Amino acid sequence: MSVVQKLGNVDRRIIFLLIALAVIIPLVFNISFMEHPTPIVQVIFDKIESLPEGSKVLLPFDYGPSTAPELEPMATAVTRHCCKKNHKMYIMALWPTGQAQALRIIENVIEEEFPDKVYGTDYVHLGYKAGGYGLINTILADLKKMYTTDAPGTHIDDIAMMSDIQNLRDFAFICNFSAGFPGLKEWVQFAGDPGDIPVAGGTTAVSAPLLYPYYPRQMLGMMGGLKGAAEYEAALVHQYPEYEFVYQRAIAIMGPQAIAHLVIIIFIIIGNITFFIEKKRQKKIG
Amino acid sequence: MRRRIPIIITFVVGTALILAMFIPHAPFSSLDENLSVYFDIIAVFAFILGGGNLIRVHLVKIQRKKVDWPYSIVCIAGFLFMLIIGFFKVGGPPGLRGDFLAEGSWFRFMFEAVFNPLQATMFSLLAFFVASAAYRAFRAKTKEATILLISAFIILVGRTPIGHYFTFWLPKQLEFLHIPTLANWIMGWPNTAGQRAIMIGIALGVIATSLRIILGIERPYLGAEK
Repeated sequence: MSVVQKLGNVDRRIIFLLIALAVIIPLVFNISFMEHPTPIVQVIFDKIESLPEGSKVLLPFDYGPSTAPELEPMATAVTRHCCKKNHKMYIMALWPTGQAQALRIIENVIEEEFPDKVYGTDYVHLGYKAGGYGLINTILADLKKMYTTDAPGTHIDDIAMMSDIQNLRDFAFICNFSAGFPGLKEWVQFAGDPGDIPVAGGTTAVSAPLLYPYYPRQMLGMMGGLKGAAEYEAALVHQYPEYEFVYQRAIAIMGPQAIAHLVIIIFIIIGNITFFIEKKRQKKIG
Repeated sequence: MRRRIPIIITFVVGTALILAMFIPHAPFSSLDENLSVYFDIIAVFAFILGGGNLIRVHLVKIQRKKVDWPYSIVCIAGFLFMLIIGFFKVGGPPGLRGDFLAEGSWFRFMFEAVFNPLQATMFSLLAFFVASAAYRAFRAKTKEATILLISAFIILVGRTPIGHYFTFWLPKQLEFLHIPTLANWIMGWPNTAGQRAIMIGIALGVIATSLRIILGIERPYLGAEK
């Protein structure tokens, strides 16, 4: 077998090994790069930054452990930002796994970094409810019809920050973290557009292209994948320099992602070079 | 009669909901709200149906000793275990309204120690298969494939911070060739145009199908006709 043929048929285990090294080496040596927020992400940051202190922000967590590496960093950054601005955070989930993911953010961000925040006054965890876009449709008109208790089981009328909430229109902003269906698209279609509520959010890199048609009129902005999360973190660090030395997960793991992308591109180029050489050879023979 | 009643129900409810969209006055205003709540209640029953079907399929597999039937035992055992510890709030605050994800609860432990890492691992494997598939399948065999390949390169590089370093040196007149700028342009213009066209097509298809179901021309909810 010639060198060209060998290069065109590399054993996939070698590809797997090189991808693994492309991810591990930058992680071990802490290779990271500067990030600059693009307008589609900056607009979300500016919205949260410009809301008056104490504004009601709804944070639906619509993802599971499989997409947490992409979505948890952006959820962390946005929650941190909301805490910094002293906004009232209303946390809920349309996915069953979203409730537990939200709990991670509450424990690792709100309780750990902002111990002065009081549950029931500054933030509340409403938990998961089935129904998808049907639920959004219902709570657009009457939130308490579906949510009679919060996630830990406290009656909704016993929670101070729920007293002036009737429906979704009482929220100043909805920032959704979604990995698919139901997700950001449904929040735009069933809450943002009919209720005239500003909606933005983050989604996986795979889903991001599907949501561009809604930007910028029906969807304020979008954090697409890990890049979007890293851009939001960069915006947060730029505005609040005290976070410069706090571990920014998305920025840290963009390094391995960038190197892995380069490795994939190199493989594709090698594959195409060998394809064309083989094609030329076949033409000469034929 | 057995077939006629569901068709009549579908027609009446479908028409009422369409009218509710355009008539904000009673009784249509509350109709939309109430039917949304009924939809959410029925969605919960779908979970029970799904769980029941899962058990039925795997029990049949075990009974008939089909291929890989031992894995069905693992599946049913895992399902029942999580159901019991979650429903009875084992290790957490008791009662039906207790938080099944409370600190110390068995459900919480199983979710964080087993489900979280397992699902994350399964998804992470995709990265390797994507790399291998891209290497084997991404060939510039036709003009369209070449355009796709070039766009893929620009997006792959442009959606990482490295893209900035490849072309930051370009003069101002050639700024539009800066890789992140090109990547944003591809996402914002050709991609958006294509997605909008697909969305409108899907929306028209949904309208047509919905009308056919409401008018009883198509009856997928009745099952196969004898």
